[in-house]
Amino acid sequence: MNNNFRKIQDRILKHFFFFTALTSTAVLFVIAFFLFKEGIPIFEKVSIQDFILGKYWYPTSEPPDFGILALIVASLSVTLLSAAIAIPLGVMTAIYLAEIASYRLREIVKPVVELLAALPSVVIGFFGMVVVAPFLQNAFNLATGLNLFNAALMLAFMSIPTICSISEDAIYSVPHSLREASLALGATHLETIIRVILPASISGISTAVILGMSRAIGETMVVLMVAGGAAMIPLSIFDPVRPLPASIAAEMAEAPFRGDHYFALFATGIVLFLFTLLFNLIADHVAHKYKQVGEASL
Amino acid sequence: MNEAVKISTQHLSFYYGDFLALNDICLEIRENQVTALIGPSGCGKSTYLRCLNRMNDLIARTRTEGTILLDGKNILDPNQDVVSLRSRVGMVFQKPNPFPKSIFENVAYGLRVNGIRDRAYIADRVEGSLKQAALWNEVKDRISESALGLSGGQQQRLCIARALAVSPEVLLMDEPASALDPISTQKIEELIHELKTRYTIIIVTHNMQQAARVSDITAFFYVGKLIEVGETDTIFTRPGIKQTEDYITGRFG
Repeated sequence: MNNNFRKIQDRILKHFFFFTALTSTAVLFVIAFFLFKEGIPIFEKVSIQDFILGKYWYPTSEPPDFGILALIVASLSVTLLSAAIAIPLGVMTAIYLAEIASYRLREIVKPVVELLAALPSVVIGFFGMVVVAPFLQNAFNLATGLNLFNAALMLAFMSIPTICSISEDAIYSVPHSLREASLALGATHLETIIRVILPASISGISTAVILGMSRAIGETMVVLMVAGGAAMIPLSIFDPVRPLPASIAAEMAEAPFRGDHYFALFATGIVLFLFTLLFNLIADHVAHKYKQVGEASL
Repeated sequence: MNEAVKISTQHLSFYYGDFLALNDICLEIRENQVTALIGPSGCGKSTYLRCLNRMNDLIARTRTEGTILLDGKNILDPNQDVVSLRSRVGMVFQKPNPFPKSIFENVAYGLRVNGIRDRAYIADRVEGSLKQAALWNEVKDRISESALGLSGGQQQRLCIARALAVSPEVLLMDEPASALDPISTQKIEELIHELKTRYTIIIVTHNMQQAARVSDITAFFYVGKLIEVGETDTIFTRPGIKQTEDYITGRFG
């Protein structure tokens, strides 16, 4: 009797958890479905090729131009530049915290770095607007301080906590026995870090980098505030740009419901979605390819 | 007992914080002999072993007193270069700890960090070391595969090969067979037997039969003190001190 009750309880729980798991995955598919449903109609007006490779984004002109190449280039260049700033800073901070800093210092500095992630993006955007932009404008004698470089810098601030924190965990979880083995063979601390610790934690570090970058490419508020907003292909890192999410956020409110502009913005959303999907697939692939094994598994 | 003294430990004391882990140890290790360190857990034998290549430096808030002379030179001197010390005094750990690299790269590692670039020489040393560790025939066809695919016993012999590749003078072994099955253990013991003609070996073991089988000299540690040291045959048949006899006959520990 009692045994039977426990069996039923077990089955109910099993189904309950299956259902909750199903809900979270279903949400993703529902969102993706509507994204495509609302985005695809634009391709009746403009070919996929013209949409993606078109240089002109004048959605409200007569006739309108729906080419998002400038937005794609803006998003990619901002993300790459921010990665170029954030990866060295984040990974080196992680190495310092995990390998070099004393235990006490680590316990203080790591939460502070993680706290940087707690800053709302609008606050970072505000900082970029009122502090960094005037500084850049004066220092480099620019027409505007709201530009690609400013946006990349702010996005780097946003992705450093992710990159640093996850990399630090990966580095710290490399078994102590590997450090000892390396040192006992006459390797210096630096050689041990470069030749043993980093290769052993490369999957965790790569995951950290890609998660940090996918945060940067999808980030909307910061780029809306500091990237400058010009839908042009940038020629220098101090040109204003208009990344994909900034364009969607800025224009969605004024686009007539289910008009061409509206469909074009959803199609822009599809492109953005495909980019983040690609990032995540790469992260997944890298994590499997260089999987840590044994005690060091993440 | 005519071999030269390789390592001479004089009044060595070691503290973890305030805890006295080694108390005034005086011990001479002779060249080309196997010295076994025995004693119950926590007696300080592993701590002593790790003093000999300064691995205890890695642990915060520790303190070492006394002197350890390696070929007459004090390795506890603050000016001692620990990196060069560790390439002279190799170590094999309790649990096999191969790097997550290929078998070849594991053995080549010590050579590479010691600045050797000559590929032919490295390949030669890797093969030689694997042969010395009696592993070559088992791995020669998969030398570039990951070392993590080897069995536990093979991994431990790989770790021995890795230590041998840098041509150390002394080999420290911290319970090298305790995580292995009997057949692998036997292989490791045979290996120790062959290696002692070329190296000075110090082995920590919990296994009394193993100490009796592989060592020439046995030192018995108890609560941080060196209780008795002597030729293995003597220690195991006619120990001079009651505590040693009690431990060896299994009355405590």
